Amino acid sequence: MIQETHSDTIVASPVYTRYIYIKKKKRLVASHFCRLPLSVVELFKVGESFTAAARDQFQEELVIRPLHSGDIYASFQFRTLWDTDFLQERQKVSHYRLFPKSLGQVLSKFSVRELHISFTQGFWRTMQWGQPFIPSPPGAELWVWFHDTVSDVDGNWKELTNVLSGIFCASLNFIDLTNTVQPSASFKPLGLGNATDHRFLRYATLPREIVCTENLTPWKKLLPCGSKAGLSVLLKSEKLFHSSFHSQAVHIRPVCQDEQCTSKAWELRQTLNVVFDLYTSGQGKKEWSLFKMFSRTLTEACPLATSSKVYVDITDNPELFELSPATPLLSQAVVLGDRRTYSVFDLTRAEMFGQLRSLNLLLRWKGDSDMLRPLLHAERYVAGFGLQTGEIHTVIYNNHPYRAFPVLLMDSVPWYLQLYIHTLTVTSKSRDNKPSYIHYQPAKDRHRPHLLEMLIQLPPHSMTEVTVQFERALLKWTEYTPDPNHGFYVGSSVVSALVPSMVAMNTNFTQDQPLFSSFVPVKEESSYFVRVYTEPLLVNLPTPDFSMPYNVICLTCTVVAVGYGSFYNLLTRTFQVDEPSLPLAKRLANLIRRIRGVPLLA
Amino acid sequence: MGLLSDPNRRKALTNLLTRLNAPICMVCYLAAIVWFMGLAFEPFTLRTYMSENAMGSTMVEERFSSGERALSLAKEFDAHKRKAGGMPVEWLVKAMQARGLEVFTQSFSRKLPFPDENKERYMVRGTNVYGILRAPRAPRTEALVITAPCSPGNSDNQAVGLLLALAQYFRNQIFWAKDIIFLVNEHDLIGMQAWLEGYHHTNITGMEYSPLQGRAGSIQAALSLELSSDVITSLDLILEGLNGQLPNLDLANLFYAFCQKLGVLCTIQGKLQRNDWDTAEGYTHAAQTMMLMVLKQACGRSWGDHGLFLRYHIEAASIRGINGFRHYKMDVATIGRLLEGMVRKLNNLLERLHQSYFFYLLPSLSRFVSIGYYMPAFGLLAVILLLRVSFPGLDHFTFFNPSGPGVLTVLTPVVISHLTGVALYLLPVHLQEMAVEHFPVSETEAVVLTAVAIYTAGLALPHNTQRLLSGEGTEQGWKVLKLTALLYLAVLLGCTALINFSLGFVLAVTLVPITASMTPHMPKALSALAMVLLSPAFTILYCVFIYQELIEAPVSVGEGWMLFLSVISQGILDHALYGSLVYPLLALFIYPCWLMFWNILFWS
Repeated sequence: MIQETHSDTIVASPVYTRYIYIKKKKRLVASHFCRLPLSVVELFKVGESFTAAARDQFQEELVIRPLHSGDIYASFQFRTLWDTDFLQERQKVSHYRLFPKSLGQVLSKFSVRELHISFTQGFWRTMQWGQPFIPSPPGAELWVWFHDTVSDVDGNWKELTNVLSGIFCASLNFIDLTNTVQPSASFKPLGLGNATDHRFLRYATLPREIVCTENLTPWKKLLPCGSKAGLSVLLKSEKLFHSSFHSQAVHIRPVCQDEQCTSKAWELRQTLNVVFDLYTSGQGKKEWSLFKMFSRTLTEACPLATSSKVYVDITDNPELFELSPATPLLSQAVVLGDRRTYSVFDLTRAEMFGQLRSLNLLLRWKGDSDMLRPLLHAERYVAGFGLQTGEIHTVIYNNHPYRAFPVLLMDSVPWYLQLYIHTLTVTSKSRDNKPSYIHYQPAKDRHRPHLLEMLIQLPPHSMTEVTVQFERALLKWTEYTPDPNHGFYVGSSVVSALVPSMVAMNTNFTQDQPLFSSFVPVKEESSYFVRVYTEPLLVNLPTPDFSMPYNVICLTCTVVAVGYGSFYNLLTRTFQVDEPSLPLAKRLANLIRRIRGVPLLA
Repeated sequence: MGLLSDPNRRKALTNLLTRLNAPICMVCYLAAIVWFMGLAFEPFTLRTYMSENAMGSTMVEERFSSGERALSLAKEFDAHKRKAGGMPVEWLVKAMQARGLEVFTQSFSRKLPFPDENKERYMVRGTNVYGILRAPRAPRTEALVITAPCSPGNSDNQAVGLLLALAQYFRNQIFWAKDIIFLVNEHDLIGMQAWLEGYHHTNITGMEYSPLQGRAGSIQAALSLELSSDVITSLDLILEGLNGQLPNLDLANLFYAFCQKLGVLCTIQGKLQRNDWDTAEGYTHAAQTMMLMVLKQACGRSWGDHGLFLRYHIEAASIRGINGFRHYKMDVATIGRLLEGMVRKLNNLLERLHQSYFFYLLPSLSRFVSIGYYMPAFGLLAVILLLRVSFPGLDHFTFFNPSGPGVLTVLTPVVISHLTGVALYLLPVHLQEMAVEHFPVSETEAVVLTAVAIYTAGLALPHNTQRLLSGEGTEQGWKVLKLTALLYLAVLLGCTALINFSLGFVLAVTLVPITASMTPHMPKALSALAMVLLSPAFTILYCVFIYQELIEAPVSVGEGWMLFLSVISQGILDHALYGSLVYPLLALFIYPCWLMFWNILFWS
């Protein structure tokens, strides 16, 4: 229908930069007010026609999930496909359309095969909120697969972190060899290609990184529409950072361009997850709207986007809450092992915006309901007291009533916690649980962290506890941070697992479904991949009193001077009995006697 | 150092010390006492000041106003507490959940070594309820704790009510950077111990508890709130914790700063501050306040629920509302605002509290004596012991002289004294069943009386033990024993004073004069009496009387004796329940050391 018509002026220009595009858009937006329906139609045609020509694509999406706790979870995803394969063809690429040039150059310069970077402020509360769509640990996380032609991986990694640090305005330059690891099993490539040699993988976290507007702005600049149009108008920092959880990420990976996979393309996925709190943002009322969440409403889709959709999770509707405006479009999907139903709002359709030319979704809770416990859940803490030793406890819960499943636990511990690996114990249901795979790389002081990876089988409905003791190292005095009494961070452990799906778990037939569909569980839905991050740890190390250096220097110098000096003196001096010196009269007499040649007086 | 390297001058110094030994010792002792008493004199003390930048300049605005809600919650809590006959777990869980906290419970049980007659408990079973306010966009690495006890009877209902009202108010704020844990603990210290051990996954006292389900990272500071009466006139700050540990002085400064800001009447040791330091009454007042702190610190027990946090390197203090001054009445909202202000400032902390002093004495809330000022008082006492090592007639080289007394002569009394100490430490608790069978006493009485009996028996036992092995005790023998004992006592007191100044000082004041002058040639009966009157047990007895005098509740001799017995049982209980070290220190080290001197007196 509308997509069939073309705007000739734009299609005619083969080299179409974003700059020109934005100018065009302004004109279109200006005309938007005089003769509305058509201009909006034109606007969409523009994006459509252009991407069709170059086979670059941009899609945007917002998923809103009301949480059982009364909070609300909004997850943005922006996907840019870049139709080029520079790694294969060894050609210089200097032509960018939708894909941000800064990232494209980084990819080609450092021979990156896959790049995943996330900035998170807050901790995802699995027990209250369920599983997130894209998990991330508190602070910054960066993992990169390099192409297997790279000879100096560490050098590339070092430069890459510094460049990314500039691009995202983050302290990624603090990533060095002392906090970088090469996990052997936990982080497999998510895109095309089956690289297994973990020498080309680098993984690092900065649990202390604080994420704020300065990181959001460069992230928004990577979007084709910036924050000017489409879903990204909602991304206003004053609201995004008035929330319980904020996480933004960039994932780049190679994907297939078509079904036959004849040509590769680069996929850039920018995600932003935010959870708004019922009490602090929602004034305690279980009633949410786009305006209440973001202080904006939607007025248009990004003109460059081939698809622009808002999904609202209405699986618990109508018992739990009501949604307005209602939409007839429903979509079903199995997400994280659970069959969910979504209301879909397609922003490319003008009628979505109604009379007011704006879309403001409204969700109103009607009652409470209990959440199904997440099947996999992990937490971590430091046990013990005192500044000499301690014990890291990682507790992993399998809440599945009858299925056991294996999980991969990865721990990267800084060198200044000296792990006693012989004290490593894994217990489930108060019995020893022997991991079937252990990969341990001990730390080297000031050079590399500990890396511990284990494959553990979790018995059904159980709590598995992994403990390991450590000793706190005494650092050199220049190695302390400016705020040493705050403590030192240990990054989150990562639990990766294929969790049996809840769809397959559902055998009680209470739900209204055809009998013929439910006898044999569907194979492809029987398990799903989940990554769970535990909380980071804050560990106090023995810290000297830095406010005392003056006293200490004075005291030490005095002790050394007085104590050591006098003892040295006493030890080395030879004592001799002194001839008592003669009185002056006798000395004078002796002088005369010497002249006279008479024996001297004693 | 020419002084030491020159043999003549060295000799002169030694001669001087030897000749004037006794007068110097006397002067030192008097100087120590005068110095110590001088610490309470205001011109000699320093004014308290906030050292922590994060808490100083950024004044926060307190807006808590739900005093009425706190009172109604307190009433509700009271009703449910009566209905449940203890902690109303279900109601509390619901109440906290309704305020948007993550709520968890912990059940614990503890069998005391013998019944606690003061609090009438033996088999203790209870539940702690705590709710965690998750700070927005914080990664669960740091936490603050606010606790209120669930105690029997009418007291502390308001504390719980205020806790819940504060939780509700805090939950709606966005500025929290640290998680806040609201804890209601049952059975005061036992519940607190169970919770802390659960939180840190340790078990040092044999407590049985269910593991904690929810945590919030490393705890930075804790405040314990006790409102014993429904009418509150003033707030008392309690700092003394287990083993005489004190929280960072900045916590006290913070409390004082907010009391000043909100115009709240605040006290320490239950005593108001006076401004007339230049009058005799003013000085006596300050001296009394400081003495109370010394006595409380010396006894090594936790004087509030906060005391157990200190072991885990968590700065904590108790705030106790008391109804003691007429014409002043404080509403709950004011206390709420005070807490809000304190918690908000603690929330601003970038590091743990570490800038200010950890070792101090407080003659009033606005004045403090730091370790540098009070340590000389103890140092002067310790010097006496070292000077006496070189007292006339004791030749230093007898130790290494082969013709001198054998090692066994000295070792025997030392070993026997210490075995008596071990008996004093172990037997009271272990023999209680036997004692109850044979004598018409309760378990608690049995324990205390056994302790007293062993203590007394010790006096009879070792004073002529050296005869067991080498027959006649020689003149050299007692001198070597005295040398050993003096050095031993000096080391013991020195170490004690470094950890718990008050305990070290109180022991030194009573033990030093008699031990320093002890020889077998003194009149036996008189010196034996003096020694007994200055023995560790009598020190405790005097402390009980002085303490009662200072809190303006003087007791008669009979009551004093009963108090003394209960203090001993409390000391043993504190050791068993919370790991207080005063009882083992006295039984295993101080008492045997004193016995060694007793031995010298009866050397023959």
